[in-house]
Amino acid sequence: MRLTAVELACHRGGRGVFSGVSFAVASGELLTVSGRNGAGKSSLLRMIVGLVRIAAGTLTLEGGDSELSIAEQAHYLGHQDALKGSLSVAENLRFWAGFYGLSSTDIRNPLEAIGLGALAALPAAYLSAGQRRRLSIARLVAVPRPIWLLDEPTSTLDAAAQERLADLMRAHLAGGGLIVAASHGPIGLASTQELRLGEAEA
Amino acid sequence: MTPLAALLVRDMRIAVRVGGGALMGVLFFLVVVTLTPFAIGPDLLLLKRIGPAILWLAALLASLLALDRLFAGDHDDGSLDLILMGRAPLELVVAVKGIAHWLTTGLPLVICAPLVGLLLNLDLPAEAALMLTLLVGTPALTFIGLIGAAIAVTLRRGGLLLAVIVLPLTVPALIFGVAAANAAIAGPAPFGTPFTILCALTLASLVVGPFAAAAALRQEIE
Repeated sequence: MRLTAVELACHRGGRGVFSGVSFAVASGELLTVSGRNGAGKSSLLRMIVGLVRIAAGTLTLEGGDSELSIAEQAHYLGHQDALKGSLSVAENLRFWAGFYGLSSTDIRNPLEAIGLGALAALPAAYLSAGQRRRLSIARLVAVPRPIWLLDEPTSTLDAAAQERLADLMRAHLAGGGLIVAASHGPIGLASTQELRLGEAEA
Repeated sequence: MTPLAALLVRDMRIAVRVGGGALMGVLFFLVVVTLTPFAIGPDLLLLKRIGPAILWLAALLASLLALDRLFAGDHDDGSLDLILMGRAPLELVVAVKGIAHWLTTGLPLVICAPLVGLLLNLDLPAEAALMLTLLVGTPALTFIGLIGAAIAVTLRRGGLLLAVIVLPLTVPALIFGVAAANAAIAGPAPFGTPFTILCALTLASLVVGPFAAAAALRQEIE
């Protein structure tokens, strides 16, 4: 599986954010995207899953399921946690697993993997910022999808949780997945490639 | 569980839990209808004459009450992004959210209508006819409202815009719903004609609503 971008450009609110961005990520590779605030890291990730329109350039996926779009084979971990406070931790996770097409889900293991096993029955409204983040990460574990797009994945996570996330990312890469992560700092494992946005304009 | 069933269960759970819109709609409906006889006074004939209109107006406003959060809630917490990345077509997602909203907001109104109908001096046949028009008509209100909810999704206080967009579109359903109920109570016009048109309006809104709302959401999400 290989995700290739050629000369991508992005416009937001009539302003050019970036242009001429090219990269290629293959199975088992981690691409980290860095750049100053406003350089378009989040926009690039959202563009890959079709949430931001591609102004110019092409984005192709080789070796994936040709019946499905890139977005349907990808996980997006954004700044927002997509959790409902009135639902319990388990109900939140079970909904996303069901909505993403898993018929019978064992949500025990994903929750244990990220250290939320003891909180399964707690309404999500009572979770801390870091715990909400962890619950979002549990979604990536619960539903297998080959492409992970992580936007500042380590923000709000404590050291132990960052270590768990790094383990999960390593396992995902070893299993043939690919990861594109936007981050300012180190995310706990060595990246295969690095992409710096906003260098040319700056 | 299929994606759409999972969504239906989730939306209904959220609606009936603390902070959800289900109870709010029913309470609003009960309060408005209960206050009417106090405002109008003990003129039983007048109450009977305007009863269907009051119940329909209250149902219309009550079903709009929770509608502005239908997509805005999912937009604000990022759920909408992830819903767009699912394999279910957006039109069906929107329709399922509408069904969940009707089951938790519209259906309770239909069930409560006979209770408060007593306060408006409606007798048993009139109650039955009114319940039937509400049962058939409230889905139209919800599904027309979907369009407004989708257009107002990115606005902080979209409730007002929603009402301005949606209320004019609900006028036909209101006219024929009340006309059918009045025909059954007072005559002499037949019940069937306005009731059939009401059914047609509902069927049309079931088709048009999800497509228009999905198109609006795709535009807004950019």
